[in-house]
Amino acid sequence: MTHRRWLIAAIAVALTVAAPAAGQSPGARPELVWGGDAEGGAPFVAADPADPSRLVGFDVEVAQLLAEGLGRAARFQQVGFTSLDLAAARGDFDIGLSGIEDLPARRTRLAVTIPYYQFREVLTVREADAARYRSLADLRGRRVATLGATLAYELLAGAAATHGAVPVTYEDDVHPYSDLALGRVDAVLLDEVLAKRGVRRNAGLFNQAADVGAGTYVGILAMGNAALRDRIDELLRAAMRDGRLEAIFRRWEMWNDDQPRLYARLTTEAGQGQVQEGSRAVEVVAAPEEPSGWAAAARYLPALLRAAGITLVLSVLSMALAVALGTVIASGRVYGPAPVRVALTAWVEIVRGTPLLLQLFVLYFGLATVVQLPAFLAALIGLGLNYAAYESEIYRGALEAVPPGQLDAARTLGLSTWQTLTLVRAPQAFRLALAPMTNDFVALLKDSSLVSVITVVELTKQTSIFAANIGSWVIPGAMCAALYLSMSLPLARLARRVEKRWQR
Amino acid sequence: MIPDQRGAGAPAGRVLEVSRLEVRRGGRLVVQDVSLSVGRGEIVALIGASGSGKSTVLRAIAGLDPIAAGRIIIEGSADGGAPVRATLVLQFHHLFAHLSALHNVWLAPVHVHGRARAEAEAQGRVLLDRLGVGHRAAAMPHELSGGEAQRVAIARALAVDPPVLLMDEPTASLDAARRDELATTVRGLAADGRTLLIASHDSAFVEACAHRIVVMEGGRVQ
Repeated sequence: MTHRRWLIAAIAVALTVAAPAAGQSPGARPELVWGGDAEGGAPFVAADPADPSRLVGFDVEVAQLLAEGLGRAARFQQVGFTSLDLAAARGDFDIGLSGIEDLPARRTRLAVTIPYYQFREVLTVREADAARYRSLADLRGRRVATLGATLAYELLAGAAATHGAVPVTYEDDVHPYSDLALGRVDAVLLDEVLAKRGVRRNAGLFNQAADVGAGTYVGILAMGNAALRDRIDELLRAAMRDGRLEAIFRRWEMWNDDQPRLYARLTTEAGQGQVQEGSRAVEVVAAPEEPSGWAAAARYLPALLRAAGITLVLSVLSMALAVALGTVIASGRVYGPAPVRVALTAWVEIVRGTPLLLQLFVLYFGLATVVQLPAFLAALIGLGLNYAAYESEIYRGALEAVPPGQLDAARTLGLSTWQTLTLVRAPQAFRLALAPMTNDFVALLKDSSLVSVITVVELTKQTSIFAANIGSWVIPGAMCAALYLSMSLPLARLARRVEKRWQR
Repeated sequence: MIPDQRGAGAPAGRVLEVSRLEVRRGGRLVVQDVSLSVGRGEIVALIGASGSGKSTVLRAIAGLDPIAAGRIIIEGSADGGAPVRATLVLQFHHLFAHLSALHNVWLAPVHVHGRARAEAEAQGRVLLDRLGVGHRAAAMPHELSGGEAQRVAIARALAVDPPVLLMDEPTASLDAARRDELATTVRGLAADGRTLLIASHDSAFVEACAHRIVVMEGGRVQ
């Protein structure tokens, strides 16, 4: 009892000491924690090229402006772009500012500020196609890249239904343009800020002038944080009136005639309800009405099943490649001459010692100037090569675990080295390797979710799109887990059955 | 140096002729100046304490370990094109763990000697029957008793019709009754004209079956 009381006292002391340190250090100003994705880059949020420990961008300056108005110190919180909504709802930060678009779906789940910038969606094509692909209607059957969970994506999803364009979603806003230059996609639909940057960075691209749609950037807060949102709205209005926002956007060369019109409308209106009106007055293409819960689950099930099919096909083909290649590597390491053994060992250690994610990036984006692998093929090769390294280690271990007496028995009967390998050593090694191989296949099934970074939409990616759309991970997560299990459990069962048969 | 296993050169009636054999292991001389010969239908026992070099001599004759010096001459086997080899029945049998008893027996005749599978299988059954384990043809190695595995291993060695059958400590895993049975089996093989060289430190077994005894100590023949 005494011990426990001491323990409780110690924890209480630790908490009282730690709490102010975690929240706001005593004496210092309270903080405004703002979330954004520094991977989004300039002009939104980016590391300062002169001092990478510092952040620059118009969103950084807007955050600074808001923090000053609130009498707080701005502190940046890095969150992946596609996770910003969920992080805001969780309260990971006070406000999210990262070129976040005002979508109807956001307003149902989050407290959204008044817009602080209006943009137009721009269709970017290769210069050679400028006359051919003028609008989404010209892109029937063509691959059009965009960023997931954006207004552009909603527009593109609509265009897929009406004009037959094929949407390809990316996790970032850099590779859609580089892939367009390489010919992997035929167009990119994103906001003009990104489009201008994309054309600047990649030679031979052209931004179509036609207006595809328009949207605005807003700040997002947790639903329960409406009071802070209202104060921030007032701060934004004040900054619109006194030209501080204009100064920020002029500095980033983003100021245009759309902004004064937007600001005039917002500053003349008063009150919460009209703010909503104001933002709606902007010509925004609304996302389709979203059902919730089980209705949504039923609607998404076919897409999830298709994605599960892609996961399964990709995993099976990758594993086949890994087994074939792993066998060759293992044989080389056991039977090969010294230089071959050294080279293969080095290869295995390099592949095992670097992240699969990096290997996928290098294969798909890094090698793109040399060889342009289609996304699915790059995913297959990436997973196959990576797992081949692990398989080869299993097979090598299994080959070496076959008792030397078995090999002596084969030799004394006159079997050649090759016959000894194929008739005696490999079949016995395979029995030893089966359990770890099954393990690896289940691991591969799950690791295949990483290929979404190179635009392959498999089960996990489809689930996260689903979750982002309905704003909850509960039902999509359960469905995703059930689908993974329905693939891995029968496999484990089959492996156990084969093992039992061998141990008969 | 590879053992000289040409089919000619052995004196008349002698199937195996070993002269001045030397084997090194890790630079150390483990067998030196060993000479011995075995005639057709003869059973020679190589006896001596553990580490006296008996098994090493058998492995050298079987071609499993390289020799440092000396000559090993084996008379041609009855089998036509196949390489002339003395076949060694290893101490712990080492039946191929993933194959049935019968499959163990026909594997080498089919893959090494190019016999038809049906013919090799039929011959395998005859051999297993003769050694008294015909009823265990379908059993997997781990299902066999020590004595049964020993017999299947002998059948597997005989299936390639070797000029000399080498056996390393054949009684190691057998009880007294099985040991006597094995002695009878071995005598029967010799009576059929088989040539056997058996390494053993089991004096009762050796007395029960060997025609001649060669004693080894410290890597040399005494």
